[in-house]
Order: sequence, then structure tokens, then C-alpha cells
Amino acid sequence: MIEEELVQLLSPEGERVTQADYESTLSGDEIFSFYRDMVIIRRICNEGTSLQRQGQLALWAPIQGQEAAQIGAGRALGPMDFTFPTYREHGIAWCRGIPPVDWFRLFRAVSNGGWDPQKYRHSVPTVVLGNQALNAVGYAMGVQRDGAEEAVVAFFGDGASSQGDVLESFVWAATFNAPVVFFLQNNQWAISEPSSLQAKIPLYHRAQGFGFPGVRVDGNDVLAVYEVTKRALEHARVGGGPTLIEAFTYRMGAHTTSDDPTRYRVDAEVEVWKHRDPVERVKALLVHEYKVKKTALAEVTAEADAMALQLREDVLAMDPPDPITMFDHAYAAPHPLIDEGRSEMIEMGISGGSH
Amino acid sequence: MATTTMTMAKALNEGLRRAMEKNKKVLLMGEDIGKLGGVFRITDGLQKDFGEDRVIDAPLAESAIVGTAVGLAIRGYRTVVEIQFDGFVYPAFDQIVSQVAKLHKRSDGVYNMGLVIRLPFQGGIGAIEHHSESPEAYFAQTAGLRVVSCSNANDAYWMIQQSIEHDDPIIFCEPMSRYWEKGEVDLDNAPQGLFDAAVRREGSDVTVVGYGASLKTILRAAATAEGEGVSLEVIDARSLAPLDLDTMITSVQKTGRLIAVQESPHTASVGSEIVAELSERCFYSLRAPGIRVSGYHVPYPPTRLEEDYRPTVDRILDAVDRVMGF
Repeated sequence: MIEEELVQLLSPEGERVTQADYESTLSGDEIFSFYRDMVIIRRICNEGTSLQRQGQLALWAPIQGQEAAQIGAGRALGPMDFTFPTYREHGIAWCRGIPPVDWFRLFRAVSNGGWDPQKYRHSVPTVVLGNQALNAVGYAMGVQRDGAEEAVVAFFGDGASSQGDVLESFVWAATFNAPVVFFLQNNQWAISEPSSLQAKIPLYHRAQGFGFPGVRVDGNDVLAVYEVTKRALEHARVGGGPTLIEAFTYRMGAHTTSDDPTRYRVDAEVEVWKHRDPVERVKALLVHEYKVKKTALAEVTAEADAMALQLREDVLAMDPPDPITMFDHAYAAPHPLIDEGRSEMIEMGISGGSH
Repeated sequence: MATTTMTMAKALNEGLRRAMEKNKKVLLMGEDIGKLGGVFRITDGLQKDFGEDRVIDAPLAESAIVGTAVGLAIRGYRTVVEIQFDGFVYPAFDQIVSQVAKLHKRSDGVYNMGLVIRLPFQGGIGAIEHHSESPEAYFAQTAGLRVVSCSNANDAYWMIQQSIEHDDPIIFCEPMSRYWEKGEVDLDNAPQGLFDAAVRREGSDVTVVGYGASLKTILRAAATAEGEGVSLEVIDARSLAPLDLDTMITSVQKTGRLIAVQESPHTASVGSEIVAELSERCFYSLRAPGIRVSGYHVPYPPTRLEEDYRPTVDRILDAVDRVMGF
């Protein structure tokens, strides 16, 4: 039943699937570049887990299993589109051109942000589940008022889909016909809670009740995610209103490095999803259809390894900022309590390395 | 100098109108603020003049009203949000505390979070439950926010405009019970800065600080006290976070006695902060402990009882007796 509802262009075995509504528009070179993106973010995210295990990060939220969902969506974005992520959108950050080291500032606990959100058109991570969906719709209402042909994407997961903010954002988006795409990665688990606890219907069905289209795409199929997202973005840009995309995927690893999934899910389930791996199926397509050579694939792996190594160096070099920076940008305008705090810190010799 | 007499409600309306004329990026959003002009008519006629794109009738979800205003701010708009009543701000609490207050910081100063959350507050209108509360302390304690309150028409007219022009998010507390009271409004010159307190009556024996609806009560108490030979200096705090301590310090150094008046309960309140700060900064000037006259530590009572809950002239005078007799 669920399988039939999925938009899929590439089977888990890497064979093309014909769909009535969608077809892949990507060239072999483009698919290869998607493959490269996926390999790199998987490698970098695995490095994140290692770094946390070695005590170098406060936390890490791995992405493994969701590479196709994020690279497919990320590569579909137009340069002027604006995105509102959670804390797990490393693949989107990669596609927006944000240097990987910047994704790690939050997890190294040296910043609560990490990059210039206006420069990259990718907002800072939102940790409170669902808040960003409303922020995205508000931003989209601004786009509307500017008469701009831009789309906005709100990213969230199956867990956050139960939040009032997400459901309110659906109401707002529908009422104001906001140019927003809701990109829901249903990775089946909200920490220990299965998606069946969040919804008794397929999550994309919810869109209909709010008055806009919903579509479920195979979130492990980068070709399908790309086409579905591209169309929804275009629909939003030209005034068509919101779309809910449910990328049906699986979190292969733990929720975060603080989590132990062996306590709540069975190995057999993970095994099933291993056969649907998003990276392997693109590799199969590249090898069989485009005759991509092993050496080319190995070059990508080597490139990813080199980037992970560089990232490791950059993260290890990432020192906590001077304590006095905690007062920077707490307010935009002068504030007496900020001045007071700064002065105290300087008098106590805490700041500026003068202690 | 052009002055005119108008109610506080009309002054807010005119202030919003002027801000919208000055800056096309200023939007209003809230429940029933369009055709109806808001349940208190603060936005009366504005949708007709500025259109539905700038005066937005919102679906009924406070978290979304504030949450979308955040997104609009990121896009470069300045949204003045109307929360219909004090007791309905809590669904928006998460967005206010988690996003409004923190996004300027989290974006390293890139996002301008200039937005205004208008909050009708305090009691005295004989309403049913959830329509008379004083939630200002929740916001005053949150770093990243500023909280102000007007007590008269002239301040209403100017403070709303100053709040809209300000680059930090502002919780703008409007005393509902004073909406219909008339006052002189100077249309040319702002009386003072947004975060400055005002001495409303000079006196020599006791400094009484309050804000919003309490001001009128305090001034009545001061008139009565004068008849009894006690001189009260009355300060309108205006800015609840940050507090204008300099004005209060100058006063307490003169009077040596301090009373803070508010409708919210005592505990961890704006009044607590005033008393604590002045105890620390004016210790040797004080001749008696600073005390608070507040609402009681109970849920806001059914409003047939509210005049026994809100600080009254009698309760303020009783506090005056206590600090004078210490």
C-alpha cells in the first residue's frame, strides 16, 4: 500500500522506475555530482560521530540514510530560495555552500548558530521542534509582499509533525497561499518513538485536510526527491501556494550521539532499510547505465576522506570564543545590563585572556 | 506646538498610522484587527487605508501570529502584532522566548528582530477569566526582549512609534482599563526616550514607582497623602526591562523610601527587581526597606473581586504608613 503511494524513479537495486507524473531530467554528469554530494556528506557526518565519541563535540546528529532526501531537495533549490532547517539538515547546508566546519560550531558548543543565514539563504538551526515552520511561512509572506519569485522551504521531521507550530504553519500557508514547501523527512523514528505514534495516516495525507497538495516521495531515491521538490518549488514561486512533501526515509543511525537505538528498534528493520540505501542505488545506476568506472568512484571516496580529514583539523582548531562575546548581539541596541555584564567580566579578568 | 486631546486608544491608533505612513515595511497582524479594528478598536480604519496586505487579519493561533512575524522580520518587515488579551499570549510564549528573543544573537547580529508585540494587560475592565492578567515579568526576565508600558495618551502615541523604530523586539504592554481615558497628545515632539522613566509628581518623603494602569491609582494616593502631610514622589517606570534606574536612584536618594506598585503577584516580579536594584544601589539612602504593593499570589480572581486584588489607594497608603513608620 505504502509502496504504491511513493513517487520513485530509481529502485533500491538502482533500476529506473517509470512514473506517470514524474520523470528524471538529470544528465549522467548531474547524477554523478549528486552521488558525489551524498558520499561527501555521509563521510563528513561519520566523522562527526567519531569526533563526538572522542570528546570533541558536545553532540552530533547523524544523517546516515537521509542523504538522498537532503541532496535531492538541496540541489533542487534555486539560488534565491530561502531555507529553514532543523539541526540535522547537513545535506541542505552543503548544497547551500556553507563550509562543513560551520555546521559543527553548534555541536562543538562554541556558537548557537554557525553561519551568516542571509549570505547562504539558509537560516540558523532550530532546535525547538517546529518553530521554524512558522518562521518559514512568515518569510514566505514577506516574499509575497515583495512580489518576488522565490520559494521558501521549511524542513522538519515526523516527530515535529505533531507540534502545534507545524500544524499552525499549515493553516497559515493555506490561508495566505504562501510560497512555501514543507519538506518533511519521515525517518520513521523521533528518538525512540515510531512515526505510527505521531500519525494514524500517511503524513502527506495531512496536507489535503489543510487545503493544499501533499506528496510522498521515496526519500532514499535522490532522482525522485529532486524532481518532486523542483516541481513544488516552482509551483510556490509562481503563486501556486504550499506543498507538503513527505520524504519517506530511514534514520540508519542514532537520533544523536546521546541516543541508543538498540533499546527501541529491532535489527531486522534496520536490515530491510540497508537494502534501500540511498547511496548504493545511485552508484548502481552510475555503474550499469553510465558505465562509470571504479576509479571515478574511488576518486570521490578519496575526496570525501580528504574533506573529513580537513574537517577534523578545523574542528580541533575551533576554540571557544572569548567569553565577552556572549554579550555581542544579545541586543541590537545598547542595553544597560549588557554594559554591566561586560564591565564585570573585564574587571574580574575573565575576558580577553587577561586572567 | 500642535497638541490635541484624545483617548489612549485613539493615540495608539494615530501612532500606528503615523508609523505605517513613515515606513512601508511596517505591517500589523492580529485577530480581528481588520474590518473590526480590533476588539478595542486600536487598529480602527487602518486596514481600509493601508490594505489587507499591511493590516493582516490573522487566523486564531497566537504562536503563528508571532512565529510568522519572526519570518517577516527576517525578510525585512516590521510587524506590530496584536495579542487580543494578556491571557492569550501564552500559546505564543515559545516563539517569543525561543525565537524572537534569541534570533538576533543566534544569527550573530545578521537578523534584525525589530518587531512589536502589543499586549493589552492588567485588570479593571470587569472581564471574565484570562482577560486581566499581568504577564510582564515573564518577558522582563528574558534576555533579548525589552518590555515597555504606557500609562497615558501622549506616551501611547509616542512609545508605540518609538517601539516600531527600535531594532530590538519589544513587548508593548497597554493598560486596557486606560484605553478610554483622554489626555493631551503633543503631535510634534516625543516627550522622552522609550526607555526613560518619568517623574509624574515631585515629592520628598516616599518614592512610589509603578507603571500602566497603576499610575492613576498612585497619583490619587499621592493627592490623599498630601492632605495627610506626606509627600509622595511618583515615578512612571515606562520601561520595565531595562529599568531606568538612574531616575529611580535620584528619587530614592532624595526621599529615602521606596514603594513599587504593580498588579502582578510579588514573586519574581518587576516590582521585586525595582526593590532589589535600589536596595543594592541606594542602601545608605534608604530609611526603610523597599516594599511592594502587588496583586495577591492567587490566580486573577473573578472580576467582581478584582478591586480587592488590584493595588488600591488604601493599600498604597497603608504601605506609605509602613515605610514612614519604620
